[in-house]
Amino acid sequence: MYQLRYVLLTFKILLFLFLGIFFFNIFYFYVNLLKKFQKFEESMNLGVGSVVKTMSGASCSVSWKSGGSDKVPDQFPAGLRVLVVDDDPTCLRILEKMLRNCHYEVTKSNRAELALSMLRENRNGFDIVISDVHMPDMDGFKLLEHVGLEMDLPVIMMSADDSKDVVMKGVTHGACDYLIKPVRIEALKNIWQHVIRKKKHEWKDKDFDQSTSVEDGDQQQKPPEDVDYSSSANEGNWKSSKRRKEEEDETEERDDLSTSKKPRVVWSVELHQQFVQAVNQLGIDKAVPKKILELMNVPGLTRENVASHLQKYRLYLRRLSGVSQHQNGLNNSFMGHPEATYGTMTSFNGLELQALAATGQLPAQSLATLQAAALGRSATKSAISMPLVDQRNLFSFENPKLRFSEGQQQLNNSNKQINLLHGIPTTMEPKQLADLHQSSQPFVAMNMQGHARMQQNNALLMHMSQQQQSSRAQMLNETNNGQVSLPPLSMSQPAAVLSRNNIVDNVRGPVYNSVPQTSSMVDFSLNQTTELQNNSFPLVSSNSGMSTLTSKRLLQEEVNSDIKGSRGFPPGYDIFEELHQQKTQDWGLPNVGSTFGTSDHSNMPGTLDVSPSMLVQQGISSMKKNGQNGNSLMGGPQLNLFSGGNLLTVKSEQLPDTSYQNTFFPEQFGQDDLMSALLKQHFMNFQQQESVGQVETEFGFDGYSPLDNLPV
Amino acid sequence: MENQTKRQAAYMKRSLLDQGYLDEQFIHLEELQDDANPNFVEEVVKLYYTDSARYVRNIELALENGPYDFARLDNMMYQFKGSSSSIGARRVKRQCSQFQEYCNAKNIEGCRNIFQEVKQEYDTLKTKLETYFQMER
Repeated sequence: MYQLRYVLLTFKILLFLFLGIFFFNIFYFYVNLLKKFQKFEESMNLGVGSVVKTMSGASCSVSWKSGGSDKVPDQFPAGLRVLVVDDDPTCLRILEKMLRNCHYEVTKSNRAELALSMLRENRNGFDIVISDVHMPDMDGFKLLEHVGLEMDLPVIMMSADDSKDVVMKGVTHGACDYLIKPVRIEALKNIWQHVIRKKKHEWKDKDFDQSTSVEDGDQQQKPPEDVDYSSSANEGNWKSSKRRKEEEDETEERDDLSTSKKPRVVWSVELHQQFVQAVNQLGIDKAVPKKILELMNVPGLTRENVASHLQKYRLYLRRLSGVSQHQNGLNNSFMGHPEATYGTMTSFNGLELQALAATGQLPAQSLATLQAAALGRSATKSAISMPLVDQRNLFSFENPKLRFSEGQQQLNNSNKQINLLHGIPTTMEPKQLADLHQSSQPFVAMNMQGHARMQQNNALLMHMSQQQQSSRAQMLNETNNGQVSLPPLSMSQPAAVLSRNNIVDNVRGPVYNSVPQTSSMVDFSLNQTTELQNNSFPLVSSNSGMSTLTSKRLLQEEVNSDIKGSRGFPPGYDIFEELHQQKTQDWGLPNVGSTFGTSDHSNMPGTLDVSPSMLVQQGISSMKKNGQNGNSLMGGPQLNLFSGGNLLTVKSEQLPDTSYQNTFFPEQFGQDDLMSALLKQHFMNFQQQESVGQVETEFGFDGYSPLDNLPV
Repeated sequence: MENQTKRQAAYMKRSLLDQGYLDEQFIHLEELQDDANPNFVEEVVKLYYTDSARYVRNIELALENGPYDFARLDNMMYQFKGSSSSIGARRVKRQCSQFQEYCNAKNIEGCRNIFQEVKQEYDTLKTKLETYFQMER
């Protein structure tokens, strides 16, 4: 018995060592990546600055081009770089003159195709596009579509046609304004606002960006360059693409931006139409790059090209759906979102992302003014210096966001949390349990942070099992079935590989293994882990329930509803999409709920199909969720940026955790013998602290039954 | 002497506006004139007449023989109208709209007739504006 135990023990130690090294490596890999991208971005910025078009006869050329200036020039919006597209030379000349009189920097094009190629060649060369609707070579809406797809610049449509449906068409295609010809200079004087509006969206992104990189620890980014109007949209876009690179593999868009050698695919109108046709044929939610590629049957086009284009197309559709809320069909595109990414990603990335997305919720959560205390509690659980640091990082992550949420309270909260951290002793498990029980929020927060600590795990375990118990009591046979049907053995080894959740599970496994000290412990631990996994999902979702409803329910109820939610994927998505469609500024709160919901869903498949293939599945689902999260929060190409940020945050969080495990775990194993006693104690404490009778009994049952079950 | 022509120019502009040859867009264009482009309106009007000549020609050709593509006619007239409205050629614009109505009604005779009027307005305005610019200069 003891021999077997030692073998297991050493195996586990090795496992965690390996894990630690693994995550460390990954962490550094990403840090390096980030550094590289930053460098590259700088060079790009310089390039942008140097590409200055000097227009003949420009009455003024006060420019606020990007270059690198970080603040708004006084003469703003003078120098706004406008691309005017109109096939009519008279109109074009008049517009040019008007825009110049507004002190904008004007570039004219009498052909849409030409304008598009200009935009493609010099992505950061323009701030806004004004285009006629009726043009012989390319419909203005087509141009609008392409600009929306490829560079996400604000586009103003203009036409002598003031009929309602044409104006509506402009709106649905994503035009930020529609001017009736003849255009008045008064209307043009104001167009800078669209640039600012677009820019504002990206500030939020950038903030994410910076905060995450700060959290990353090693590198401090320069303070937010909020006011760098010039490269505005483009820069954000570019950044996001930079992030995207980390997630998906090479895509066409990046080819011209970055160092990759692949030939760039220009999505001509025809090609795009072919693409759209293929997508429509497949159905937007079922269209995957491979099938689209087959349908399009274009030589030289790679799956990656299609994937990236599909992603852009979806973003574009979503933007449209944000404008025209009636287009429900478009929402489906969210569900199918992952295809664009998962193909080229490693399963590891997927798992990472999942964890990331989870962490990504944190700021949103705080934005939504969910109890910050949850964070504090979770931090207290991991009452070890490393996690503490993480916690602070988290806060620093939040703080910049506060500017947008205009919430001073949250700042206070975060401060409080930090205090809390100091004040709370390390042996918090019972209370935590109680907390967990009262509201699953802290639990979720903890999950996010990924503090896979032993004690915490114990607490989790109990909580889990208890939850499971309750769920059983609630006749959630389905989930139970899922748990039961889990192939026990497959659990631990794939889990060992990557995701944070899995780490947690592993940690738990050992705990239990050590506790029983019997030969049958393997089974036991496996059961536990599976339970945990299943539970982790409901918990998260319950959190979403909490955040949206902000009402305390009984645990069972939560579990119930959550599981239901998890089962019914579509409903969850629908909610999400609805929220998204609203596109209001108060996305903080609703989105938290919704995003959590989605994350749960993605968790579900992973937890239910616990098998080696689980890794892949989880990866996919997590990516899906990731994309959705991004979508929900940013509503644009920023999606990638956002998720990228998440990536970083989790890394920094995970590293300490794992390393901690490496260092401390053995010790805890040394105390294995005490563990069972400890566990019992915790259970007792928990019971004592629990005021909800129902749960209490369940808990008791659950807590003791496993121990009883031990075939000693 | 100079004062007198200036006054005449102003008077002529007034009458062009009053008679509906021009609309306020023309005034907006004049307001755009500055030191950088002192003859901006004249420049634009010249541009308009050189460029729109091809519209007129194309429409003329399209009206000659069947089968008549009314959609295309309408499209061409739309372009012409847009161009005309950008310089504030009000009467021309109005005739263009009427032409488009005939297009929608697929009335080729109506199109032909109204197009003669369009051309007439177009030419009249040209001479009037030429005189005006000469006076103003």
